[in-house]
Amino acid sequence: MYMFKYVTKRLGLMISTFLIIMFMCFVLIKLLPITVTVQMGQDANIIIRQLEGRGYIQNAVMDPATQTWSYERVPIMIQLGNYLNRIFSYGDFGIGVNIPSYRGRPVISVFLEKLPPTILINLYSTFIGVPIGLGLGILAALKKNKWQDQLINILIILLISMPSIVMGLIIQYLLCFKAGWFPTTMNSGYEYFTWSMFRSMLPPVLALCLGSVAGYARYTRAELSEVLTNEFMLLARTKGLTRGQATLRHAMRNSMVVIFPSILSEFIGVLSGSMIIESMFSVPGVGRLYLDAINTVDYDFFMLLSGFYTLVGLLAGIVIDISYGFIDPRIRMGAK
Amino acid sequence: MEKTNVYDNIPLEKFEFARAEDLSHDKKPETKPVGYLQDAMRRFAKNKGAIVAAVIIVIMILFAIIAPFCTQYKVSYFDSYFAYTRPRCSLFVNTNFWDGCKEMETNLKTFTYYYAMGQETGHNAVKNQEYTVTEDGTYRYRLDTYHMNGVVYKNLSLEEYLALQEYQNETGIQVIYPMVAKRDRPTAPDYEPDGNIYYKTEEKASKTQFKYDKEGNIIPVYNSYPASIMENGVGLDQYNSLRVEGPEGFLKDGQTCYYSYALTTPSGVQVRVNYYEYYTYYHSRVLQDGIGNPDFLFGTTGSGKDILTCLSSGARFSFIFAIVVAVSNLLVGAIYGSVTGYYGGRLDLIMERVTDILGAIPSMVVITLLKLHMGGSSQALVLFITFFLTGWIGMGGRTRMQFYRFKNQEYVLSARTLGASDKRLMFKHIFPNAIGTLVTSCALVIPSMIYSETSLSYLGIVNLETGNVTSVGTLIASGQQSLATAPFVAMFPSVFLALLMLSFNLFGNGLRDAFNPSLRGSEG
Repeated sequence: MYMFKYVTKRLGLMISTFLIIMFMCFVLIKLLPITVTVQMGQDANIIIRQLEGRGYIQNAVMDPATQTWSYERVPIMIQLGNYLNRIFSYGDFGIGVNIPSYRGRPVISVFLEKLPPTILINLYSTFIGVPIGLGLGILAALKKNKWQDQLINILIILLISMPSIVMGLIIQYLLCFKAGWFPTTMNSGYEYFTWSMFRSMLPPVLALCLGSVAGYARYTRAELSEVLTNEFMLLARTKGLTRGQATLRHAMRNSMVVIFPSILSEFIGVLSGSMIIESMFSVPGVGRLYLDAINTVDYDFFMLLSGFYTLVGLLAGIVIDISYGFIDPRIRMGAK
Repeated sequence: MEKTNVYDNIPLEKFEFARAEDLSHDKKPETKPVGYLQDAMRRFAKNKGAIVAAVIIVIMILFAIIAPFCTQYKVSYFDSYFAYTRPRCSLFVNTNFWDGCKEMETNLKTFTYYYAMGQETGHNAVKNQEYTVTEDGTYRYRLDTYHMNGVVYKNLSLEEYLALQEYQNETGIQVIYPMVAKRDRPTAPDYEPDGNIYYKTEEKASKTQFKYDKEGNIIPVYNSYPASIMENGVGLDQYNSLRVEGPEGFLKDGQTCYYSYALTTPSGVQVRVNYYEYYTYYHSRVLQDGIGNPDFLFGTTGSGKDILTCLSSGARFSFIFAIVVAVSNLLVGAIYGSVTGYYGGRLDLIMERVTDILGAIPSMVVITLLKLHMGGSSQALVLFITFFLTGWIGMGGRTRMQFYRFKNQEYVLSARTLGASDKRLMFKHIFPNAIGTLVTSCALVIPSMIYSETSLSYLGIVNLETGNVTSVGTLIASGQQSLATAPFVAMFPSVFLALLMLSFNLFGNGLRDAFNPSLRGSEG
């Protein structure tokens, strides 16, 4: 019951923060003038009418002489009402206005289309990064202050300090250009589970996971070496467990209480942090979409993606606190 | 009653009267007390990694301050002829490293193209005119990127043309080379506007083929005219300066002839100039902007900008910017944290919610909104506001935490009892405890600020490239486009960034350990 109360309180706070941020974003965006750029052969009329239909503007008329549209703004609060109404009644987050390839398409469907590459890359990077990172951390903790530990420590500080831009460039140059193992950019298309697609995904995955490997390794090393000095470890060895058994069953389980939430939060946080990697390797993911939306000033895309990034950031923060409560029996039981 | 004196065995004469001044119970410590900062400094100095990192940071800051004054170029300078010029250091010119050359493996045609440049002008595009041929006809040589432009066609006005001749006469340097008649120039699109083709060519399947004589050499086709049409030693080309054929001309069909050095156009003349020499002439005589020979220590970008200049001024901007932001964050954060931490209460609760919300907005969203709303103002200002808006919260939080920890301690209570005012308690008694944390977080915030600035400009969200300011991120982005062909463009800024992050990380960790009171004295 205590956990339930705690979780609801945290979630409630998170949601209210989220709503306030989104409200500010909405107001700030709607204060800006709407620009509709249309290329040759496209009809601005359709887009203007779509905007009108969504209740963003009213009385839109085209001046036949100059071919420009003039319209009246709807008051922002009414716009907000219309926006929320469309979201909750039809699941409609608006339409693309200025990004050339998505002009006139529903924002949400484009977003869902772009989500799989981003999620896949993060999943792969977690799957590759976690075992390596934990392994290195365990090795370093077991061999504390020996040469293995020092080597791993140097590796960790190098990898952690390496900015992801530089990491991406090095991987692109060495593995894609010099060695020629991987294509330079990710394949386009929607066949995500083919070998060639996986191969083209590997450079961004590597660039992402190398940094987090160092993070996991450092965390694991610190936690595990602390647990290993505990008295109960001595007891475990005294009662006849081998060193491996004692480490795996007693030390690891205890240090996991701290490590697991950080993995979870890193996974969620990295969803939003891969914009650089996505743009470097031309991953057709959410990061690219966000950049396109910014560069072409497409408000509906911007609203949706800002919401996504804000939510991801908030979730990453909250998940640590909540998962502590679920994983750590001292907190879970002690509260009763 | 028995005597119970147990000291019977000690002879009485051993006892002495003690004088009061000889008794000393408490000694004043002979060693000097070690202050908090002193102790931190001492422990920091023991951390070798942090010291090395600090030295590297100082070197980088010096680089950012000094290097922009040492180069002859400005950030706004560019020359598209010298695009992707390789890095060259004058100390290494005679080696095969850092000499401004790139390794080439080409067929005969491309090789001839570059080799002939050196034959004509003496500016060897093929380094030292040295090459090796493999059995399958591949030529391997080092291509000097400073001379690979060779000779270009240039349209000059008559005055400029005469001034250039003047310069040639004065210095004895050949800049203008004999003209090739329009009928002899290649017509296929692959070499059509190229000034380097001063030899016979033919067109096959809309590709230019070079013609060779029996020994396999190229056959020059300079335009020439007989000496008889000259008046006062000047021909139709109005040329009266150094001649590659010598002042006596040459004999053709029993007649003294001279090469033609210019082609008259409606607006002036068209000449063939060696671009390396013309560049030197143009910058030192015409523009007089302090640029002499083209010389790029770190090479140039795809648009012909000098990387050293761009990198150092980008670094300078980054450092100044990061320090300005860090200092303003520190000031606002410290004051805010002190006030809310000391007084607490309802204001603190409300402010905590506000900072929670502010801190949860992704900086990408903040910067986009600001950029859209402040379209006209400078991008550096937008960036500053973005970092400031969320940056001071961290500083404020740290100060606040320290205040919460110390404000109820006994020494604060005693100071209050002695009548210290709130202001004195806050800044004299409690705030010094927060200094260590604040200094450390400043040292850790500066690199992260530089990194965010770099990545934002890398992504093109902010564009700081105006006038004499550029960003390391912009440089990296331009280098990434040519990573396969010219990796050095991305390499120099990347190395700079990586080294900066690494040394700031080590430095910050060293500071954190040094300021951590729980480690005090643990190393003895």
